[in-house]
Amino acid sequence: MASLLTTPARREKPEESGAWRNKTPAILTLERFMQDQTDPENPNPSPKFHTGRLPNNRSGDGKPRLLLMGQRRQEAHPLISPRRSGKSSISSVVFHKMPPAETLFLESTARIQKDAVHSFMDFQVWDFPGQLDFLDPAFDVDYIFGEIGALIWVIDAQDEYLDALMRLNNTILLLQQHYPSINIEVFIHKVDALSEDYKFDIQRDIVQRTQDELSDAGYENAPVSFHLTSIYDHSIFEAFSKVIQKLIPQLPTLEGLLNILCSNSGMEKAYIFDCISKIYIATDSSPVDMQSYEICSDYIDVIVDVSEIYGWDRPGRAAEEAECNDQEAESVIRLQNGMILYLKEINKYLVLICIMKEESIKKKGLIDYNCGVFQDALAQVFGLQRT
Amino acid sequence: MDIIEKKGKKKKVLLMGKSGSGKSSMRSIVFSNYVAKDTRRLGATIDVEHSHVKFLGNLTLNLWDCGGQDAFMENYLQHQRDHVFANVAVLIYVFDIESREFDRDLVTYSAVARALSENSAGARVFCLIHKMDLVQAEYRQKLFEERSSLLKERSEGFDIVVFATSIWDETLYRAWASIIYTLIPNLSIIETYLRRFAEIIEAEEVVLFERTTFLVVCHVSQQGLGNPNDDRFERISNIIKTFKQSLSRFTSSPKSAPQFTEIELRAPRFSLFIDRLTSNTYILVVVKPGESDLNTAKMNVKIAREDFERLDVTGDGKKPTRTRESSSRMELEAEDDAGRDAEY
Repeated sequence: MASLLTTPARREKPEESGAWRNKTPAILTLERFMQDQTDPENPNPSPKFHTGRLPNNRSGDGKPRLLLMGQRRQEAHPLISPRRSGKSSISSVVFHKMPPAETLFLESTARIQKDAVHSFMDFQVWDFPGQLDFLDPAFDVDYIFGEIGALIWVIDAQDEYLDALMRLNNTILLLQQHYPSINIEVFIHKVDALSEDYKFDIQRDIVQRTQDELSDAGYENAPVSFHLTSIYDHSIFEAFSKVIQKLIPQLPTLEGLLNILCSNSGMEKAYIFDCISKIYIATDSSPVDMQSYEICSDYIDVIVDVSEIYGWDRPGRAAEEAECNDQEAESVIRLQNGMILYLKEINKYLVLICIMKEESIKKKGLIDYNCGVFQDALAQVFGLQRT
Repeated sequence: MDIIEKKGKKKKVLLMGKSGSGKSSMRSIVFSNYVAKDTRRLGATIDVEHSHVKFLGNLTLNLWDCGGQDAFMENYLQHQRDHVFANVAVLIYVFDIESREFDRDLVTYSAVARALSENSAGARVFCLIHKMDLVQAEYRQKLFEERSSLLKERSEGFDIVVFATSIWDETLYRAWASIIYTLIPNLSIIETYLRRFAEIIEAEEVVLFERTTFLVVCHVSQQGLGNPNDDRFERISNIIKTFKQSLSRFTSSPKSAPQFTEIELRAPRFSLFIDRLTSNTYILVVVKPGESDLNTAKMNVKIAREDFERLDVTGDGKKPTRTRESSSRMELEAEDDAGRDAEY
């Protein structure tokens, strides 16, 4: 309901476009430098990749953006090293495969850090420095929020979060007024060191405060969701999976395809994973349990690591390789308890992972055939060429 | 005959170092299937913790994890000197890279080395410079070289081997695999067997891992195929051990259970499988890509299993296996040809 009411406000936006026009060219160029644009002299270069229609994408062909934001660093105590909410660590761990222990050495982000992530769909992750105040009129709000699909707000659960919560609420209210279709995802971060009870207490508290604030301002059912995360376990990947899934328009189709695959091949659970970030794009409609997600994600690690070790370029083997090259990687693990893990590469970015009983793998031909059909269907959905 | 041989194969391994340097953490990861994170729960070791690790059939490691607090150290060096330092096969001395009083550590180390040279002069000494992950990557090598040259001076005549280790990466497995390598009794026989086996099945690489620790026992690579990753064996140990942890969570079975029976991977540039070979070992085989190569290799592992089992348990499988080997080789080649024919 809220979105219907506020859409006209978004269309008008007189004060903002006015502000844009009133600035001198010098200021505008400076701003673009500040915002770390690749070509500052030539604003808004046209996007190069086709990614399908996205929720908040007016032109229909930009990269979907995820914006990472978090609490401001406390400037009041220059001597105490300020706590950081962990935004850069998150993007390094999830998108650059950095081991969590090494994030200790990361420098703090001074300006907007843009990461283009090339995967089954291209998207950008913007790491927004904590000390920048985007509500400052010097920033081009429309440029920042104009095309983002989701705003990820990181809150340090081990720290005093009331101040951060206030900024979050201001941001949500601003977004609700002007860009109501942006998904707002709150990561309650660094929960690894907290006890189970305390974790959920904090979550309840944050949810309560945010909802109160929203309903005071008259917004019900705002697209705000909360996730408990930590870079030291799988929770951060799971949270990102949920964020990304909301941005995939084809999600219901994918789920349907996976359901058909599972029921026809005797599989218990099937996931499609993005190989690089270990985010799962879709799964069949049987309930997701953390364990099966974790094992699949660890399975990808094993396959990627082992392939890295033995997949080096062997000179003088080109002829033999040519005949096998069109074949995608495939792997089977037989567990002691009779379960089977099956992995098949779908294309450069995606892998299919299935969990099944021992009986099902006996009909290996059927599984191969079904997976082939599934692969073709997926290629049609994404409009990709199977190469 | 078996009984006599088994008795002689118990090796005493001393694990020493300052309190808090990470001896017990290391031991738990390598021998008790802990992940690095779990070692936070470990408390200080009081006096000596003995453990027996059955390793590859007839080799048993008698591991003495010696608590490193000063009072204990003094006790080992004075009252229990003969008891602790007698009949030692290997001394593993652990240094904490973050230690603020390295000079004092050196003095203790020298005293230990002296006690060892008096009581078991034939022992091998390994020094591990531990917790390397706490140093930034670019300084690691320099610091390691500095420390190891200092250590070599103070070793009382022992020819020591120094490793830089961390429980958070594969360096730990590299160090332990090299230590274990020096202890395995009939390694040369195993190695020749493995080499012949690799030749027969035309494998790019065959690696033998111990079952519980997943440390490399022995490896054979095809000539002239320079894999650029020199640290691949310990990396695989690390990968598989970590994955076994996840599997035990998934199947909710005890951590010491074998977890998986077979891993198989067909990639565009190679095929690989890991299978159980004997009751104490896993075998990893890397072959050329393609269905037929992988399947014949798998079948051959099945055939060779019996021979390796004999080698593993009794320590000499020379006489009876020779004829079997030749007969199985013929089978293999026939199999191989069949595979080829089917392909074309």
